[in-house]
Amino acid sequence: MMGEEKKKKKGGAIWWERVRPYVMVGPCMIFLAVFTVYPVLNMIYLSFFDYNLLTEKKYIGLKNYERLFFVNVDFWNAVKNTAIYTLSVVILLIFFALVFALWLQKSTVLNSIAQRIIFLPHICAMLSVAMVFQWMMDEKGLLNMVLEFFRLPALRWLNSSATALLSVIVVNVWKNIGYYALILMSSLKAIPAEINEAAELDDAKPLSKFFKITLPMLSPQVFFLLVTITISSFKVFESVRVLTGGGPGDSTQVLVYYIYRYAMTNLKFGYASAAGTFLLAVVLILTVVYFRLPGKRVHYQ
Amino acid sequence: MSEIVFKNVSKFFGDTKVIEDLNLTLKDGEFTVLVGASGCGKTTLLRMIAGIGPATSGEIYMDGEDISQVPPGKRSIAMVFQNYAIYPTMSVKGNIEFGLKNKKIPKEERERRIASVAETVGLTPYLGRKPGALSGGQRQRVALARAMVKNPKVFLMDEPLSNLDAKLRVSMRTELIELHRRVKTSFVYVTHDQAEAMSMADTIILMDGGKIMQQASPEVIYNDPDNVFTAQFVGTPAMNVIRAKDGESFIGYRPEKVMLGRNRGGALYCRRGLILTREMLGSETLYKVRLEKGEWEGEEPVNVMVKSQDPGFREGEPVEVSVEKESLYFFDKNENRIRPGGGTDMEIYYDMARDIPAKAGGKE
Repeated sequence: MMGEEKKKKKGGAIWWERVRPYVMVGPCMIFLAVFTVYPVLNMIYLSFFDYNLLTEKKYIGLKNYERLFFVNVDFWNAVKNTAIYTLSVVILLIFFALVFALWLQKSTVLNSIAQRIIFLPHICAMLSVAMVFQWMMDEKGLLNMVLEFFRLPALRWLNSSATALLSVIVVNVWKNIGYYALILMSSLKAIPAEINEAAELDDAKPLSKFFKITLPMLSPQVFFLLVTITISSFKVFESVRVLTGGGPGDSTQVLVYYIYRYAMTNLKFGYASAAGTFLLAVVLILTVVYFRLPGKRVHYQ
Repeated sequence: MSEIVFKNVSKFFGDTKVIEDLNLTLKDGEFTVLVGASGCGKTTLLRMIAGIGPATSGEIYMDGEDISQVPPGKRSIAMVFQNYAIYPTMSVKGNIEFGLKNKKIPKEERERRIASVAETVGLTPYLGRKPGALSGGQRQRVALARAMVKNPKVFLMDEPLSNLDAKLRVSMRTELIELHRRVKTSFVYVTHDQAEAMSMADTIILMDGGKIMQQASPEVIYNDPDNVFTAQFVGTPAMNVIRAKDGESFIGYRPEKVMLGRNRGGALYCRRGLILTREMLGSETLYKVRLEKGEWEGEEPVNVMVKSQDPGFREGEPVEVSVEKESLYFFDKNENRIRPGGGTDMEIYYDMARDIPAKAGGKE
């Protein structure tokens, strides 16, 4: 009797031992399945249909993709805008984040205040940041007043197709610079002091010290920034929605905004899904390429 | 020629005084070892010579030239760091070559010097490797090669062996001594290990609390210490230093100079005692002996260490501890040495060392 009971109990323990991990990760997995995996699969599925929420959806094969790639010119315009936006934001953010990190790395009172100030925009909501900038970038706004003060010609900022995309870029760089500078600053501080001292003893000039020692030692973080900034730039939406609404003309039409417009305004869900699938593929390919290519050149300690 | 002179050098970290008003001369071509407990200022001194931790005030001269304002890279010195500080992103060769490239030395000569140094330290097969793929000893050699290749006038070494295992440490010690003999330039070596200091140095500079306690050869440091601190820093176990009969000066003697016996001998210093513990070390035996009574009134009996060739004494056995006059050291109340022939009347001290009559001890 006793032995049997023990065995039973033991069997229960083993059962629980096996199931426990799944119970632990279960809630997270359910969340992922409902809000990420299902929508992604559903989007790919819908991209083969003509669907507008009101009428019965109709299977049309690759027609959506055909229209996307070969018929509608506005799609390639959105791709081009997204590419320009992403490239600029990646270059500007990494460059300025490095400059700020190098500039503010010494622990002085002034620097720690400056660090907090440049970090501040990161904790503000994009929506409010965009609205404030919209107000500042008005043709009679603060920025033009500053330009006027210096006797420079006023810009039309968000209202001209020549400067609208640039303005969106400026706002996003301004908002995110502090966060990325902070990441680089913490890794700069993680470089052992002796390494820098050894470089000084080796008579390294500041520039060669930066390019031969500091930058290679930062490469894992710079690489990390490259990946995260690129992917987040491909998903830019909020600032465009508030600042320009894709205009003037199509000048700030980026991919996500394009998808949003076709789905929510034109109610072409099948077509928007096809564009979304394209975006998904691009981000996937970029991620794979990023993790394969520079792997050898990046130094992980 | 590369004599290094410190003149009235002080160093403060914020409000903390590390070194105050220090004067010191390091002789050319010598293997100088800066030794002392952690926090005594030895590394601070080394970093001043390197120029990576400048003095708060005072001047440092090298070959008679004030180098206080010369940047580290222009000082014709090379330094080996405790944790090696090799550049993790460069290959072994890149590490060794970096300083030469910065000095704009032509490629041919660079190659020649790297090849020769790599051969000397045994790194030739590893030149293409990254430091991450090397063992601790090999990294140590990279750091050493990086210093050697510059042909510096002075080698600075900050506890370079402390991260190695015991066996490797001893063999690297010998290699460093040989290296010094071969290159004949000045070495300034920092360590907290007295055995390392004794075995490697031409001159030992013993430091405590930012002050120099004694600067002398290992023999002099051992045989002729200037003060209690020096006397107790070298030797294992340390010198026995006990308060003398007058209650303020000190008597000292090394554990290995004590004669242990069952009967009273004829030496100047004789005390009765009891063996407390016994440690067999091999050829010698280490005893801890409790002396029967204190030297001066009211003092508790003291314990002394004795290193003896005779392993025959047992714990709890009563013994006679005797030391010859020549092996006794005397220190004044400021813990400074009182030497025979130094103008002081040694008889007072010899009298104090002589056995105290049994009746006089500890009674009013």
